[in-house]
Amino acid sequence: MNESKKDYQKILGSVQKPVKGEAGKTGSWAKWIPVIDISKCIPAKSGKPSCFNCWLYCPEAVISRTIPPKIDLDYCKGCGICMEECPVKAISMEEVKYE
Amino acid sequence: MVNVMDLPEEEYIYPGTRACAGCGMALIYRIALKALGSKTIVTVPASCLTVLHGMQGFCSTKISVYHTPFATTGASASGIRASLEDKGLDEEICVLAFAGDGGTTDIGIQALSGAAERGTNFIFACYDNEAYMNTGVQRSGSTPLGVRTTTTPEGKLGHKKNMPKILEAHGIPYVTTGISSYPLDLFEKFKKARDIFGTKYFHILSPCPPGWGYEPKDTILIGRLAVQTGFWPLYEVINGKFILSKPSSKYLDPSKRKPIEEYLSVQKRFKTLSAQEIEIYKTYINDMWQEIKKRIESQE
Repeated sequence: MNESKKDYQKILGSVQKPVKGEAGKTGSWAKWIPVIDISKCIPAKSGKPSCFNCWLYCPEAVISRTIPPKIDLDYCKGCGICMEECPVKAISMEEVKYE
Repeated sequence: MVNVMDLPEEEYIYPGTRACAGCGMALIYRIALKALGSKTIVTVPASCLTVLHGMQGFCSTKISVYHTPFATTGASASGIRASLEDKGLDEEICVLAFAGDGGTTDIGIQALSGAAERGTNFIFACYDNEAYMNTGVQRSGSTPLGVRTTTTPEGKLGHKKNMPKILEAHGIPYVTTGISSYPLDLFEKFKKARDIFGTKYFHILSPCPPGWGYEPKDTILIGRLAVQTGFWPLYEVINGKFILSKPSSKYLDPSKRKPIEEYLSVQKRFKTLSAQEIEIYKTYINDMWQEIKKRIESQE
């Protein structure tokens, strides 16, 4: 780090570092986790980039816009919006069993 | 109309924020940043968004965020804009003020009104969850009639403040309403607002699972009901011209609107609502749409 950057951080007091999982692994909040049924999912079935409602409506940005869509369960809070918004009901919520 | 594939794939919020599961605001913020891009400076007063951004030392967004005291959102946006002008970065960088309904309709209204009067070139987005949710559901100026909050245990008296109309009276070039349930509509509006010079105002209804009393999975569904029942009309006012947005356009016809009970009955916050108050709601919605109809007809 050069001197000028150090000075500037001193003046500001706190410069925040962008990180993934600022609140920790929020996946541990979930009571239910989403599971995608690939045989029903529109982009997975057609092989073409289309639909992606789950990606669009996810408030947490844990679903990828890939074929098939992947869910990052480390950070998914299990709200279930993707299940509600999937037009072909390819996403179901499974209960998390904590030991 | 934009398509899902027109949205940039890059995310400006990292996963694992402090927002509740199913938060409407998190979705609005995510879509807004997608539309505005990385060259944006956000200024935020005390609100749920402060919580989303995180504790000292770490931040969950990739863009520059400035945390400002509650009453100064508009003033801080003017200040950021002035310093950008001074540095010659005015053309490149977009200034976004993102406040809750308390920070807009109650505490922040003076600074916002000042910034709008000066014509500061920035976007003010109010995400309206209809109470002070961050501190535990207290009534705000934006809380609708009959809502039970911790400070109005018998239900609020009086309707919510019509903030878009107040801002319209400032004569600013762009005023619009939005909702988290129609992200493509929101995306289009933010994209449009970025290219308009002057103060732009967004009033976005943001369903809140713990505050409104419903299951997190219903966030999108409840927002959609707000539009379908006519409670929340989506429109734009561009240089004084009123345009009804696409998701709301068919509800100009009262027979197409769903009964308001459908929206009210699915939320626990309306539990204390009496039959008389439901009737008041019906006339309120009718009057609102009558006014919209008159406005559209007078423009033709």
